[in-house]
Parts: sequence; C-alpha cells; structure tokens
Amino acid sequence: MTDLIAPRHARPRRRREIAVVLAAGMVILFILVAIFAERLAPYGFATIDLRARNTSPLFFGGSFRHILGTDELGRDILSRLMISVRVSLVVSVLACLIAATIGVTLGLAAAFLRGWVDSLIRVAIDFHASVPFLIFALAILAFFGNNIVLFVVLLGTYGWERYARLVRALALIEYEKGYVLALRRLGAGEMAIAVKHVLPNVAAIIIVNMTIALPELILLESGLSFLGVGIQPPLASLGNMVGLGRDYIVTSWWIATIPGIAIFILTLSISTIGDWLRDVTDPSLK
Amino acid sequence: MTRTVLTAVARLVITVLLAVTFVFVILRVSGDPARALLPVDAPEDQIAAVRAEWGLDKPLPEQYVTYVMKLASGDFGLSLNDRQPALRVVVEKIPSTLLLMGTGLVIAFTVGSALGLLAASYRGRAPDRLIMSLAIFVHSIPSFLFGILLILLFAVALRLLPSGGGPSLLHLLMPAAVIGLSQAGVVARFVRSSTLEVLAQPYITVASLKPLPRWYFIRAHVLPGSALPLLTLFGFSLGGIIAGAAIVESVFAWPGVGRFLVFSVARRDVAVVQTIVVLVATMMAFANLATDLLYAIFDPRLRTS
Repeated sequence: MTDLIAPRHARPRRRREIAVVLAAGMVILFILVAIFAERLAPYGFATIDLRARNTSPLFFGGSFRHILGTDELGRDILSRLMISVRVSLVVSVLACLIAATIGVTLGLAAAFLRGWVDSLIRVAIDFHASVPFLIFALAILAFFGNNIVLFVVLLGTYGWERYARLVRALALIEYEKGYVLALRRLGAGEMAIAVKHVLPNVAAIIIVNMTIALPELILLESGLSFLGVGIQPPLASLGNMVGLGRDYIVTSWWIATIPGIAIFILTLSISTIGDWLRDVTDPSLK
Repeated sequence: MTRTVLTAVARLVITVLLAVTFVFVILRVSGDPARALLPVDAPEDQIAAVRAEWGLDKPLPEQYVTYVMKLASGDFGLSLNDRQPALRVVVEKIPSTLLLMGTGLVIAFTVGSALGLLAASYRGRAPDRLIMSLAIFVHSIPSFLFGILLILLFAVALRLLPSGGGPSLLHLLMPAAVIGLSQAGVVARFVRSSTLEVLAQPYITVASLKPLPRWYFIRAHVLPGSALPLLTLFGFSLGGIIAGAAIVESVFAWPGVGRFLVFSVARRDVAVVQTIVVLVATMMAFANLATDLLYAIFDPRLRTS
C-alpha cells in the first residue's frame, strides 16, 4: 500500500511543456486570423453563391475552391469562420476585461473601505452564486431585448466575483505589509497606494485568473449565440454558425461541426495555458 | 443542531428573496411592467387592470411588497402561450427536466468519482494523466458540439437512437450523457484532489501498514474521508447542470423547462422567464440547504452538541 501514499516527485514535465507550446501556437494562430480576417479570407463572409450551395469540404468530396465547404446559401465556410473567430474573440476578450475591471475595483474597494461596502459586495457575490450565470443572462436578454453592446456588457458581469474575492483577500494581506505603512508615512495618498503599489503586487494572479475565465467566456458567448439570443445574423460568431448550421446536420454535417471544432480547439488551447500558468505561479505546488 | 437548521433556512429565504428582488428590479428598469407581463396586442383596459392588480400605480416600496405577495401566492403573470398562468405552463415541464437532470447527475457522479479515485491511486502515472487530460477535454468542448457529434454518430450514421424529441428512455440517453459527461470531468478533478488530500493524512500512513487488499484499503480508509467534500460539489455542479440543461434540451428538442426558457427568451415572454428564474433560484437554495444539513449530519467535526 505504501506506493499509494509515497510522495511522488514531479517527473520532468516535458510532455506538458510540449502541450503548452502547441496551445500557445494555436492561440497565436487564432489571434492572427482574427486580426487579418478580411485579408486572409478567400471570399466575403456574407457573399452568397447559390450555384455552390452545400459544397463538401476538401477530402470529403469537395475541391480547393472551398476548402471547408459552403453552407446552405453557398457562403464559404472558411471565410465565415475567420470573421467569426474575430467576433467571438473580441466579444469574449472585452467581456473578460470588463469582468476583471469590475472585480478588481470592487475587491480593492472592499479591502480598503471594509464596513458596509464589504457587506454589500458579499451580498452581490451570494446573489451571483444563487442563479447559474447562463440563466441570469437569458433573463436579462428576455427583459431588455438583444443588442451587441448589452450582450458584451452582460458577459462582462461573468466571473467578476472571483476577481473580487481574490483581490480582496490578497489586498488585505498587502495592506498589512510594511511598505504600505512606509508609503503612508511618506505622505502617499490612499488612492495612489491602492492603484500604484498594491495593485501591481496582485497583478500576476489577476492575469492567471483571466486566462482561466476567458475559455469559459468563449463557451458562454458561443452557447448563447448558438441558442439564437447572442450575436445575431448578419454578424457571424462561432456559436451562431453552429446554431444556424444545426438544421442541416443530416445533409451537410460540416456547416455546424467545423465552427464547433474551432471553438473546442480555441478553448482547449487557452485552458491548457491557463492551467499551466496557475500551476507555475502557485507557490503551494512548488 | 437547531442553530444550524435556522441559519440554513435563513440563508434559503434570503437567496430566494434576492432572486425575486433581482427580477423586480429588472422588470421595473426594462420598461412598463404591466405591458411586459401582457401580450403586445393587449387592450388598454387590460393593461390598466394589471397595473391596478399588481399595485403599479403605488409608490415603489408598496409595489415591491405587492410583487412579493403575488409571487408567493403563485401568480407569476400570464404566458404569451395561450395566455395561460405562467407558473402552470412551467410546472408542467418540470418532471421531464428533472428526469434529464437527475440522470445526468447520476452519470456525472458515478463516472466522475470512479475516474477521480482511479486517477488519485495512480497519481502521476499513465491512467492519471489520461484521466486528467480527458477532464480538460470535456471541460473545453461546447455541450452543443458534443450533442451534435453524438447525433451525427448515433442517429445519423448508426441509426440507433432518435436525434431528438421525447420524453422517453431512448430519447433520454444522449442528452443525459452530454450533461453527465460534461460535469464528470469536474467531479473527477475534485475527487482526485480530495482523495490525494486524504492520502496525505497520518491515519492513512498507519492504515497503509496493514496488509490489506488495495480495493479494501480504498473503500474502508480513503473513501469515507474523500467522499464528504462531494456534497459541496453537488451544490456547485447543480448550477452547471441547470445551465447545461438549457442548451442540451435545445439541441435534442427535449420537452423540458430549459428548452422552454430559451424559446420564451426569444419571444420575450417575460412572465415565463421570471417564473423560471425564481424557480431555479429556489431549487438551488433548497439544494444548498440540503448540503448544509447533510454536512451537519455526516461530518462528525461539525457536531457541536
């Protein structure tokens, strides 16, 4: 039985490093596609070619004209995929930044002001945990209707509580340290201490947390768009491509499956990097 | 014990009230609640009637009290669907959703715990690495893609299962598998780390010196310690399963609350949406209550009196 409990020292983590490098390469590829989408795309993302409807992808009976095939209106899947990658990435990265900003601000405020601000924020966190975010998002979209600004802001309320809780706890520790006292004695303003000195010391953890939240946001964005209540046509996103292609899976499986696989590769790559970053920065694992 | 029960019940009431308050606030902020609760073509006198009935001509605090009382008495407004009471239309669909979620939950916890235990007992070796990679995989795959791939395989290519509809046992298999397996990864990771924590305890070192077969050692010494934290996970993964149900029911056309919610959001059927939000919050609050109480019963460290 001793083999069950013997401390097993970490083996050389080569395999994992290879996975992280591959994942990073994938993410860079996705970012490049998002930036240069129009220049890379062989066709316009909304260009309809009714003579080339439902063309199969290359190697599945298709040709080089449409490498990933076309959809029910003859639109080139590859071109639509590139624009969708941009839309999905921009929406989820913006949402991620909004969530981090809200969470960090509230976390710092709670640590700094304590008292009723602290209690109020804790109530908000409790509420956030009481309804699954997807249900909360669906409710907001039902009451207010859908537009892209609301959609991004709405996604930006996902996961703020994790930053708030982390930053509050970490900032409370920082405030006990000598350098804060020294800065106060030197006459630094409280605002300056919080933003210029305490914040940089907790920045690494915030960034790790963002890498972990980003794939979840991509899944949320694509989930809501898939359901038809997120990004609306004519704009394309990875989720709404899957949603629109779902009606044709029996006859043209590639329309829904290809963007779905793109989401999977993207989230898997970012998660791999996020997990690795967390383990590397977590002192308790060393 | 009485104290534990009272705090747990208080938490339940507060959570449900928070959800009701949330719906009240967005209903007020998003426009005229009387119009929102009625079909678009409702005549003016009907709107006036609803306004009077829900106390919308009174000051805000009074409106809030009326609103809470209304919901407490089961009046959530009329659904756009044949103008039936929203609560009744939603409640009709609860059994099939509970069936789906329950099956999914069972799959998630049996598959997840088994894999988590296996990973922990082979820590750092091939089975562990394989299981943990699988856990990241299912965490990253969008549930709608997972569903579509299953449909392509089992309904389109093999023609073994119906692609959607229900509710019947055959229709249940694929959606329950998607919900269960998506959550199984989280369960596996959780069970693995809680088992490793237990393995590091001194009493395990002592127990490991006894000449016991491996399975007995795990069952008698490791499992009791590592199973309890699963209660926490239950409350946590319930949220994931509810959210998953909304997407998965839509993919497989399963006639449940989740699909109805998505349908109602697209139609902006506010009465139905507010009913579902309050019911979900209530359900999650009861799950948390159950978790708290079960902890108090099963964890000897929490038995104060």
